[in-house]
Amino acid sequence: MMSWLYLLASVLLILGLQGLTDPRGARRGIQLAALGMLAAVGGTLLSPELRTYLWIALGIFTGGAIGAAMAIYMPMTAMPQRIALSHAFGALAAVLVGVAEHLHRAAELSTLQHAALGFEVLFGSLTVTGSLMAFAKLQELLPTAPIVYPFQNATNLGLFGATVLLYWALMTTPTSTPLLLGMAALGLVVGILMVLPIGGADMPVVVSLLNSYAGLAASATGFALGNQVLIIAGALDGASGFILSILMCRAMNRSFTNVLFGAFGTPTATTSHADQTIRSVTLEDAAVQLAYARKVVVVPGYGMAVSQAQQTVRELAEQVAAHGGEVEFAIHPVAGRMPGHMNVLLAEANIPYDQLKEMEQVNPEFPSTDVALVVGANDVVNPAAREDKSSPLYGMPILDADRARSVIVLKRSMKPGFAGVENPLFALPNCALLFGDARETLGRLVARMKAL
Amino acid sequence: MDTLYIFILSAFVGWLVIGRVPALLHTPLMAATNAISGISLVGSILLAGGDHGTVPTILGTVAVAAASINVIGGFLITDRMLKMFRKP
Repeated sequence: MMSWLYLLASVLLILGLQGLTDPRGARRGIQLAALGMLAAVGGTLLSPELRTYLWIALGIFTGGAIGAAMAIYMPMTAMPQRIALSHAFGALAAVLVGVAEHLHRAAELSTLQHAALGFEVLFGSLTVTGSLMAFAKLQELLPTAPIVYPFQNATNLGLFGATVLLYWALMTTPTSTPLLLGMAALGLVVGILMVLPIGGADMPVVVSLLNSYAGLAASATGFALGNQVLIIAGALDGASGFILSILMCRAMNRSFTNVLFGAFGTPTATTSHADQTIRSVTLEDAAVQLAYARKVVVVPGYGMAVSQAQQTVRELAEQVAAHGGEVEFAIHPVAGRMPGHMNVLLAEANIPYDQLKEMEQVNPEFPSTDVALVVGANDVVNPAAREDKSSPLYGMPILDADRARSVIVLKRSMKPGFAGVENPLFALPNCALLFGDARETLGRLVARMKAL
Repeated sequence: MDTLYIFILSAFVGWLVIGRVPALLHTPLMAATNAISGISLVGSILLAGGDHGTVPTILGTVAVAAASINVIGGFLITDRMLKMFRKP
């Protein structure tokens, strides 16, 4: 019965993920996956190994209450933090299971099981602290800029090397508890140190990578326990995190090594904007331009989320449509702090998803766009990435907003973006800046457009 | 060896299926795989209910709680997100 339920669970989980390949079937998909998880848990509860249900019930009740509360009350803008935090929970469970398995039956395990157990504890422990660090940075409990010190990479690599050595020592004497706990402790330290030098703009990669690690740790648990559904679900999770990290790296034209060890975002050697002539536009002019535009492309960035401007952006889009224009939203793969973050925020503001365009779809449309409206985005529309070989952003695929007939950039101040790089877009003759808080400015634009 | 087969094949299936998820749904995908990584719940349950002594039971119970946060919270929040994607 148990293995049949596990088989059913695995099939449902895969079907569920398959559902996510199309927004129309996505909700149904996720419900199938939840059903799969229910089958896996149900199968486990039937296991003859179980002696008491008291502690299980206590754990499920407590965890379920916390999880449900987080799911219901967490605002969508906080989604990256929420995901980072839950990677820590998943990995914590894997580490605890690994340590406990070691404590109560180290002598019975095979070599492969020991190898898996060690891997689980090692990857699990660095994922726990790594994810907590990512959470703290995203929640801005810690500075989002990279934290660097001399010989950082050498220290990190050295410590990671020491952890691997401990793993190797553990494989030679697999029943040694001090070795296992020592490795776990070192893994926790490595997790912290690894994320310290990574800046806010690179968080999408880190969060994806930790997603992958959490999956691999779960899979390793499956190897150690000889449990198929754990292996399968963990592998799916690992593959997903891995694909997303590759996509994010590609979207920034960076390698894994560069993201992890590059300490990107250190504001060094940037050209001063003293020689840039910036043109600003009045609210009235901007409203007229938008009202008479036949085609407007909105480029949202993390700044939109910070000032909670999603709803106002939708009202503006409605005004453009009411004046006979067409509106699309251009979403860069790394806009926001996690993959796909902007799409969720705009969907929450009731913007239909066929107006949300990916970079490849929308870039050919910019030359025929009357107004590109940049709301709180910066690095993803920086033409230096295309043209200036000396720019740290060079080679990163960007949204070609600068090719629109006219560009209006909503900006709080002249501060450079996350990457700390100046943006020559602002000095282009077809570009004008509209200073102020994004939500307030958009609100005023909407009011003016209504009056036109 | 059987377990290795299972791992490689399911990683491969994951690669093929998830590679086709559009960027539009990457955040829900991540929340969903996050819920799925709560599958550690299975291992945690066996530990918490297996009567293997005080320390393993305590560790197991904490692990069950941590994994349940992911499973229950993860599926609920993914559903909440997907509900928002409005049909054109």
